[in-house]
Amino acid sequence: MEKIIQAQGLYKTFPRKGGAAPTATHYCPGCDHGVLHKLIGEAMAELGLQDRAVVISPVGCSVFAYYYFDAGNVQVAHGRAAAVATGISRVRDDAVIVSYQGDGDLASIGLNETMQAANRGEKIAVFFVNNTVYGMTGGQMAPTTLVGEKTETTPLGRDPRYAGYPLHMAELVNQLRAPVYVARVSFADVGRIRKARQAVRKALEIQRDGKGYAFVECLMACPTNLKLDAAGASRFIIDQMEKEFPPGVLRDRSAEAEAFARPGADYARETIENIYHLAEDHAPDAEHDPAAPTHAVKIAGFGGQGVLSMGILLARAGCAAGKNVSWYPSYGPEQRGGTANCGVVISGVKVGSPVIARPTVLVAMNRPSLEKFLGDVVDGWLVLYDAAMGEMPGREGVKMLAVPAHEIAEGAGSARATNTAMLGVMAGLAGFGIDEKFYLDAIARNFAAKPKLVPVNEAVFAAGKAWAQAHA
Amino acid sequence: MATQLVKGNVAVIIGALYAGCDAYFGYPITPASEVLHEAAKQFPKAGRAFVQAESEEASINMLYGAAAAGRRAMTASSGPGISLMSEGISYIAGAELPAVIVDDVRAGPGLGNIGPEQGDYNQVVKGGGHGNYRSLVLAPNSVQEMCDFTRLAFELSQKWRMCAFVLSDGVLGQMIEPLRFPDEAVAPSPDTSWCVDGTPATRPNCVTSIFLDFNTLEEFNKHLQEKYAKVAAAEQRSEEHLTEDAEILIVSYGISSRIALGAMEAARAEGIKAGVFRPQTLWPFPKDALNALLARGNVKKILSVELSNGQMMDDIRLATDCRVPVSLVNRMGGNVVTHDQILSAIRDAAN
Repeated sequence: MEKIIQAQGLYKTFPRKGGAAPTATHYCPGCDHGVLHKLIGEAMAELGLQDRAVVISPVGCSVFAYYYFDAGNVQVAHGRAAAVATGISRVRDDAVIVSYQGDGDLASIGLNETMQAANRGEKIAVFFVNNTVYGMTGGQMAPTTLVGEKTETTPLGRDPRYAGYPLHMAELVNQLRAPVYVARVSFADVGRIRKARQAVRKALEIQRDGKGYAFVECLMACPTNLKLDAAGASRFIIDQMEKEFPPGVLRDRSAEAEAFARPGADYARETIENIYHLAEDHAPDAEHDPAAPTHAVKIAGFGGQGVLSMGILLARAGCAAGKNVSWYPSYGPEQRGGTANCGVVISGVKVGSPVIARPTVLVAMNRPSLEKFLGDVVDGWLVLYDAAMGEMPGREGVKMLAVPAHEIAEGAGSARATNTAMLGVMAGLAGFGIDEKFYLDAIARNFAAKPKLVPVNEAVFAAGKAWAQAHA
Repeated sequence: MATQLVKGNVAVIIGALYAGCDAYFGYPITPASEVLHEAAKQFPKAGRAFVQAESEEASINMLYGAAAAGRRAMTASSGPGISLMSEGISYIAGAELPAVIVDDVRAGPGLGNIGPEQGDYNQVVKGGGHGNYRSLVLAPNSVQEMCDFTRLAFELSQKWRMCAFVLSDGVLGQMIEPLRFPDEAVAPSPDTSWCVDGTPATRPNCVTSIFLDFNTLEEFNKHLQEKYAKVAAAEQRSEEHLTEDAEILIVSYGISSRIALGAMEAARAEGIKAGVFRPQTLWPFPKDALNALLARGNVKKILSVELSNGQMMDDIRLATDCRVPVSLVNRMGGNVVTHDQILSAIRDAAN
């Protein structure tokens, strides 16, 4: 009497399949997918992993793997199993993830995802079915198709001069440092399947223990597309596939690999508030004061003159003073090395456009900026420009001041702080209804990472303000 | 409760942290990279997962995986990256998974440039991927809303089990404004009725978008349309400014709505009865509020102010059955509509 071993880890009937033949699989006669399903199911059951398992069904012949495995199942887009597995694993550290993929899926459209997930050492057991052909879509060339092998898209046999050579996935994965286990097994006969069984179990044990990435390439034949019977398919594996793709364990670091546990999410509000230092760095809610004027300050110059940070300092001071503020930088390739500008709006009411068309105050740190924006300034308002560019022609209706920003900054102890000097001048002339202490707070916070710069910038700011009062 | 000066792209991550987002998956692209940077910096401090993916295709599929496991996940990108994600977005729709995607729109088509635009409107609002699906689309116009709408996107995508976009642009992502931090931090729990997270409770569950039988797939499609009809009825959001007596109605969203507000006020100062209708959701398009406004009978002309080629204008016409003439006020290519441009269009419309 033959002894029939009941399959484990697989459904007895296939409730996710339904239909007229709920116990028949969708695989072709003579196909080895069923054998691999059985090995994986058995290992999951014997290792007690079904409750922890997430099986990923790919696109290809095993697209319906979820019919059979008695475990949680996620069906995914063509080639994307490794990325989906990464997503699951990163949020479910103790899940046991089984990624079941064919050669078109894993080695062609999904090659990038495959290699990158392997390189990150994701906690996934990958079972890669190499049967040298696209089965489900009707027998086209796969990356693993043998030289000379006839398929629908290599009707004269794969010619490497036109279609390259078979991809050796196990060897490719074995080039990477992160994988824990890499093996290639064959399904040609019972003796070989016994070895495959050990590899399948090893890959799942590594997942059980949370040790990392395991890759098992499974050599199978596709009797339907090869137009072979079961015995012929076995011979094809032994005589041709194994010569191209030698079976064996390429790597086994399972004994020395250490489990790596990732921490769980911390949802506490205090945690987020600490991340953003809310206790130390917070401003009052803006006051609604329709009577207060709205200022639109445009600050422009060369990159590296600190125009963007001058704007942030001004916005910070305004925010701390309970004003409505916005800051918006110029955006484009000129940001690096070329000209830069930003706009700061300070208002008693909610800020409308953060993009400033008509500034009330223009700070121009170089000549192109002055020429570009001078015409936009609102009548009756203020233009400050760096005196280093010489005396510039004025404009009717606006007050123009050449500010010796470099001299002010140098005189107060830091020749580099021309932007802070200009801020001081601006605070002294326009003020914007912001008390001096808020400017000083903004300077302190801005240079919090370099506390040495705080006193010197305070001095430069004060010098700028004094200059403004003398020239108002 | 506290207020801090924050950049728009940072506000997205603050919103995500308060929304209980478990994982961020992303790929660098200007102008959305700052969202990626902020997630990389802050997510690990709160035990949230962060992965720099190998491509946008990988990002969206990692998101698919985390969502299938019942956890809250997001990504951010810009037009070219959203194009690559379209496959995954369709699968997310087909598997009815919640997902949050931020699109900091840049100027296109093709590589275009990194300036602000709203040219991804059709791609995001109408679909972009294959099949009969919809995505929720929220359109912030301030740093505060970058945070608040990201949180809302998580709530709505969980509630309806569908993709929720935050449609932003290069200006909103780059600008700095005061942000009032949220009062509550959400500690989410997975819905084990459908998710697959490697626990005994979810062992029978299966997340899939394949329905081999034609009639079954048609039923599923009908189910989706019924769901979308409920979403369309429940989730329209909009804001109105001086619309009560408005004869010239500006419809504008995102950064262009901020500029439009100033132009509208300037027009009012000239005695022109202008108003602004701002969609805060683009799908569903807030057609109920818009039609209620038109039903008052004052509006003579509508101006669609957008940074695209009339993509939203089409939706205004569809929503209003073309009852009121709609014309386009736009810039493209990374340029932003100006105050004076809108004001002059309002004056023209008033004459």
